[in-house]
Amino acid sequence: MRSSDCGITERLIETCAKVHIGEKDEILSVFRNMCRIRYFELQVKYAFDTGGMKKMPIYLSVGQESVTSALAAVYKEPYIFAQHRGHDVYLAYGGDERALADELLQRSTGCAGGMGGSASIHSPKISMFGHDGHMGTQVPISVGFALGLQKKGEGKVLSIMGDASAEEDYVLGAMGYAARKQLPVLFVCMDNGLSILTEVSVRRNWNMVDVARAFGMPAIEITDDPWLIMWHAFLMQGQLPAFINIHTVRHLWHNGTGCDGPPEWDRFAMTKETMKSLGYGKEIRAIEKETKRHMELLWETAIKEVPA
Amino acid sequence: MGNGDKGGAGMTVAETIKEITRKHLLEHHGVALGQCLTAVGWVGGTVPELTEEQGLIELSMADVSGGYIAVGLALAGRRPIYIVRYQGFQWFNCPGVINYAAKAKDMWGYSCPMFVRSIAMDGAIGPVASGSHHSLFARMPGIAVAAPMTPNEYRQVWDYFTAHDEVVYASEHRRSFGIDYEMHNIIRPDSDITLFAISSTRLEAMKAAKRLWEEGRIRCNLIHLLWLKPFLVTDVMRKSLADSSFGGLIIDGDFENGTAKHIAFDLMQQTGKTMHVLGLEERAAGFAEQCDNLPPTAEKIYAHVKRIVKK
Repeated sequence: MRSSDCGITERLIETCAKVHIGEKDEILSVFRNMCRIRYFELQVKYAFDTGGMKKMPIYLSVGQESVTSALAAVYKEPYIFAQHRGHDVYLAYGGDERALADELLQRSTGCAGGMGGSASIHSPKISMFGHDGHMGTQVPISVGFALGLQKKGEGKVLSIMGDASAEEDYVLGAMGYAARKQLPVLFVCMDNGLSILTEVSVRRNWNMVDVARAFGMPAIEITDDPWLIMWHAFLMQGQLPAFINIHTVRHLWHNGTGCDGPPEWDRFAMTKETMKSLGYGKEIRAIEKETKRHMELLWETAIKEVPA
Repeated sequence: MGNGDKGGAGMTVAETIKEITRKHLLEHHGVALGQCLTAVGWVGGTVPELTEEQGLIELSMADVSGGYIAVGLALAGRRPIYIVRYQGFQWFNCPGVINYAAKAKDMWGYSCPMFVRSIAMDGAIGPVASGSHHSLFARMPGIAVAAPMTPNEYRQVWDYFTAHDEVVYASEHRRSFGIDYEMHNIIRPDSDITLFAISSTRLEAMKAAKRLWEEGRIRCNLIHLLWLKPFLVTDVMRKSLADSSFGGLIIDGDFENGTAKHIAFDLMQQTGKTMHVLGLEERAAGFAEQCDNLPPTAEKIYAHVKRIVKK
């Protein structure tokens, strides 16, 4: 099932266009977010590798940019519960870039005042709650939060996990409870196929989509194509709780900035190719250049400007 | 009734908890949640017979996720009462409370207020469900821990919760549920030893103190400990220990290597007096009577004090 085209249909883009998903402005906005994430993270890597920041555990989202960028385009203004690899979620939903940079630079001006580091970031501005660092705990917390919302009759929740977190017993128990109580949660598994370096197939003989369906919620297994994600997130937000397992590729190490070789696929490059074929080549070149420069300046300034 | 007297409203502890819960749910948009709340007995008569629509939420039997679901409700502003029917189950239920709710203010600047009702029981219920386990929580930052045994004490702990945005852990004991009176410290100027008793051991300590005087002419002061954390050494405690020739004894229904020793250390540091501890024995509890591991009984406290006070 794991592949760069899992779930993609021949006429996906036309299908999306019929319901006004992924049209020009929207897809350019998704691409802008993908660029924000990629070039922010590459600047983190640069700072980390060249001594611009202190060494600490760091969880980069390079390669996984399309998932949260696409979700943010259609699953709007949710309460967000993410996990240790959460820079992409924070940035895609509009978290303050400089506050995240300051957090990674271990400053009191950081988004978690220096307490969160890379793994425990949060942002009240985008209703993103902090993660405590224990894998998968954000899922039952998100379910409890949704239960509280349900009693008030307002809002919806985005609960993001990885393929390793999905194996935590308390994640499964909480998803089952969410299904029983029909809670307004979109569960998204960013499935990079690895727990550090241990592959999913070594760890389990079941898949999360089967489990979610067995719990009684709609579930789909797809790859990280942004149109595909937008399409399914759009459909599923009317059927919550629901689950989407998205195959994606982490280009760098689980923790740190190292790389073990070429990625299985590079959705960022693939998305650019698709957009060029749609006639957006000029726009995406401009967005990429502008965003890259913006992130270089942001980090250059952040590193230089040591707060008093 | 020992050295107690009738509390304010004449209610038992169980009735007090039930009334507090009812008001919290019906008047303050709060929630109470836990496993098997609506089963026979409604948790010893402490849970009002309300519905889920009214805020009484039955959890699934997934203990660990249940704790985190309570945390989520706290983040949603529902000030949950999280009910764990046996304190021993906290080893599964505590991670969310300790590692998220109690840390949230330090980590992210937002509070995650929740009231954890953790109910101890003992006697023929085996290695998992027996005893108090408040030390598990008391050693961690960001959480207040109390062990109320009377109606007014329970109200005091609840009032603290309503006045603060904190995690409050109420180490309850089933033996308190029928209590409808208050307990007062016994302080005399010429004591041999001061007993500091926690949770259900307070009932046994009262009996032991009476017998120690009647049979052994040993004068015991008795101080009832409500707040375990933060633990404040009061002037009454200092004075009592200063007047006690043989120092003090902390009596707890948890294992000795926990709250009892922490409190003993604080008292010893601040008074210079020798402190002793008496709690559960350092072994698992079994089901059979001869294998059980019960909180110190009056008999056991009596014998222990006799060994310390060599009269």
